[in-house]
Amino acid sequence: MKVRVKFAKTGAMKFIGHLDIMRFFQKAIRRAELPVAFSEGFSPHMIMSFAAPLGVGITSAGEYFDMELTQELPSRELKERLNRQMVEGMEVLSVRRIPEGKASKAMSLVAAADYLVSFREGMELTGWREKIAEFYGQDSIVIMRKTKRSEKETDIRPWILQLEARGEGIFMRVSQGSVHNLKPELVLEAFARFLGQELAPMALLIQRLEVYAELEEQGEKRLCPLEDLGENIE
Amino acid sequence: MRKLALSDEILMSVDKPARYIGNEVNAVMKDKEQVDIRFAMCFPDVYEIGMSYLGIQILYDMFNRREDVWCERVYSPWPDLDAVMRKKHIPLFALESQDPIREFDFLGITLQYEMCYTNVLQVLDLSGIPLYAQERGEDCPIVMGGGPCSYNPEPLAPFFDLFYIGEGETVFDELLDLYKGMKAKGASRREFLKEAARIPGIYAPAFYEPSYHQDGTLAAFTPLEEGIPQKITKQVVMDMDHVCYPEKLVVPFIKATQDRVVLEIQRGCIRGCRFCQAGQIYRPTREKSVEYLKELALRMLKATGHEEISLSSLSSSDYSALQELVNFLIEECKKRYVNISLPSLRIDAFSLDVMGKVQDVKKSSLTFAPEAGTQRMRDVINKGLTEEVILEGAGKAFEGGWTKVKLYFMLGLPTETEEDCRGIAHLAEKIAKRYYEIPKEQRNGKCQITASTSFFVPKPFTPFQWAPMCREEEFLEKARIVREEIHAQLNQKSIRYNWHEADVTVLEGILARGDRRIAPAIVRAYENGALFDAWSETFHPEYWREAFAHCGIDTDFYTVRERGEEELFPWDFIDIGVTKDFLLREWKRARQEKVTPNCRAACSGCGAKCFGGGVCYEG
Repeated sequence: MKVRVKFAKTGAMKFIGHLDIMRFFQKAIRRAELPVAFSEGFSPHMIMSFAAPLGVGITSAGEYFDMELTQELPSRELKERLNRQMVEGMEVLSVRRIPEGKASKAMSLVAAADYLVSFREGMELTGWREKIAEFYGQDSIVIMRKTKRSEKETDIRPWILQLEARGEGIFMRVSQGSVHNLKPELVLEAFARFLGQELAPMALLIQRLEVYAELEEQGEKRLCPLEDLGENIE
Repeated sequence: MRKLALSDEILMSVDKPARYIGNEVNAVMKDKEQVDIRFAMCFPDVYEIGMSYLGIQILYDMFNRREDVWCERVYSPWPDLDAVMRKKHIPLFALESQDPIREFDFLGITLQYEMCYTNVLQVLDLSGIPLYAQERGEDCPIVMGGGPCSYNPEPLAPFFDLFYIGEGETVFDELLDLYKGMKAKGASRREFLKEAARIPGIYAPAFYEPSYHQDGTLAAFTPLEEGIPQKITKQVVMDMDHVCYPEKLVVPFIKATQDRVVLEIQRGCIRGCRFCQAGQIYRPTREKSVEYLKELALRMLKATGHEEISLSSLSSSDYSALQELVNFLIEECKKRYVNISLPSLRIDAFSLDVMGKVQDVKKSSLTFAPEAGTQRMRDVINKGLTEEVILEGAGKAFEGGWTKVKLYFMLGLPTETEEDCRGIAHLAEKIAKRYYEIPKEQRNGKCQITASTSFFVPKPFTPFQWAPMCREEEFLEKARIVREEIHAQLNQKSIRYNWHEADVTVLEGILARGDRRIAPAIVRAYENGALFDAWSETFHPEYWREAFAHCGIDTDFYTVRERGEEELFPWDFIDIGVTKDFLLREWKRARQEKVTPNCRAACSGCGAKCFGGGVCYEG
């Protein structure tokens, strides 16, 4: 049985990189003694797949990985057993059954993500609140993107799906995943340039809120949180 | 939520911020208002190294079982953070509470190798604790040392308030109780140290004074006050099945050097190799029962979630129930998809069978540690391994499909000749030849023999403590002889040769058998910038050369000089059970090329029987 785990990563845990978070969960799953499936071969490993790696320094309220279990257990129990193995700053939010098959793998589904970006004290871009709609209203937002070989001009506007002031910060929905992957820092850098200002290093506090898959139903595309593709196990 | 000692800006700017945030699985959090004693336990090297060390995990667990103590961890900040902390005047902090070390009652530092001595000073310095113990005020933590290097604590004596000589599980409770009682009564630092000095195994350097002969050798080592013991007796645990052992090891987020459960199966070693300090200072050999170990292994795997387990001891093949234990682990680990990382084992039918089960034969390699290239030299060092045994083991392994062999040797051993150096090449050649005796169609291509040499450092409390050490040029010349001889062999293409740096070895030699007069040079080297000397990329021999010259220290006195039989050593005030008479007997037998049997074959009367247990009382 395949299940999808949604978790939050906050506080000091933002300094733990993606690979180490994977190792952390592998050990937590062992401590919880969950009936997890292993691969075949000389050095078997847990069958796990993480969605959209999160950069160091970013917190998240919506991270995902899928794993394969050899035995069915209720969602509630899986969540509780995992949460008993968490540390401060790590919390399992849900565990749900997802359809079998490669197509439903968390990693390959990711199409977009929501972020909340705020400024550290005293490091705000001046007048950002008044100008954000104007910035978002542009037809194109061209930035210089560094690739391995050269720098090239890229229009990131099509990958910004939503952008607005929310509370003290900026909410954005951007393309993520293997096709287009737009980092929220890049959007803010472009915004700073639009305002004719310089973004101080470490000025931003970034939180990921949710990760989405793109579904096509009756010829219409819509985004759906990865969690909603699974169902509760009674 | 805890407030971190370092800001986001700093943590994001340094390598591996996970080194500094604590919060790991099984890390112990307490309310600092609810404890009487705050203990900071330090391994003076980078986090990934320190977290791999079992000793701290044992004491951490033992201390934290006490309700009145909160023990936390601290490691050396890597040079990138070290620079930031100095620039911004950020005091060194403990990982759990993130509170400054300066606020603690104790700072315990484990001394595992000499090349960490400048890191000890770094930890004191960044904590805001004066380097010299005599300059510390009433509000400074009590700075305590322990571990193998505390068997010659003298080069570090001025920097420590106390040393703990022996295994930590025995008298620490007594020391902590004493501290708690005296603190409540408002006793002074000096009063406490003096009382502590009466506890067996505790050495308080401030209460002793060395005096020297004209030629620089030690004349006397005298307690300065009434009631301070002449001799410090090493502390050992005798009941190995009821000694405190942590199940809930702290599990790092980042990959530590030892990212696995470490199961300690015994302490001490029956072999008595004459170069080996551990083989003497941890006598007598004491085993844990196999039943206890089986249970412990499973509990530790469950509590940590580690995917690998290894066995720890000085010579695992000598553990009497090894087959039973290993077979049990293979079976249980297979069910749990846990890997077994085998210790180096004597190569025989059993070990080859086990290795075949838990490793990928094509990728793994056999390890032999003959330590010397000729039988004569191996007799001098009392390494029982013979050429026949090695060739037979290698032969069986080659027939079983292995193609890689690792060989470990030492260069610069007492009485070593050019012929002994060349013997290393000849032994490697014979092993390669043995491989090519297998018919071509039955073997897997070429074999790969890797010979590695390290340079020998005479250590206190070994039969070689009297021996002169080689100079840097002599070491390098010996390595050159080995390299040339290997190149002259028929199968040289199948043999690879690695050797260690010589400059760091010479420094290790100075510090290992040094005395209190060395201490100012350690401070000077540190002030020159020496730090992380154990890491080749950060080791700068010139800082040390300048320091010794500046302090007027003739380093040859500590290294190349052969010591007389009557000489009083700086570490002679420590009683390890094994007597100086026995060590001297062994030093003489070494030069007569006479082998001494291991403890199970025959008792040689080393003196460790005085502890009343272990191998001395088997059968």
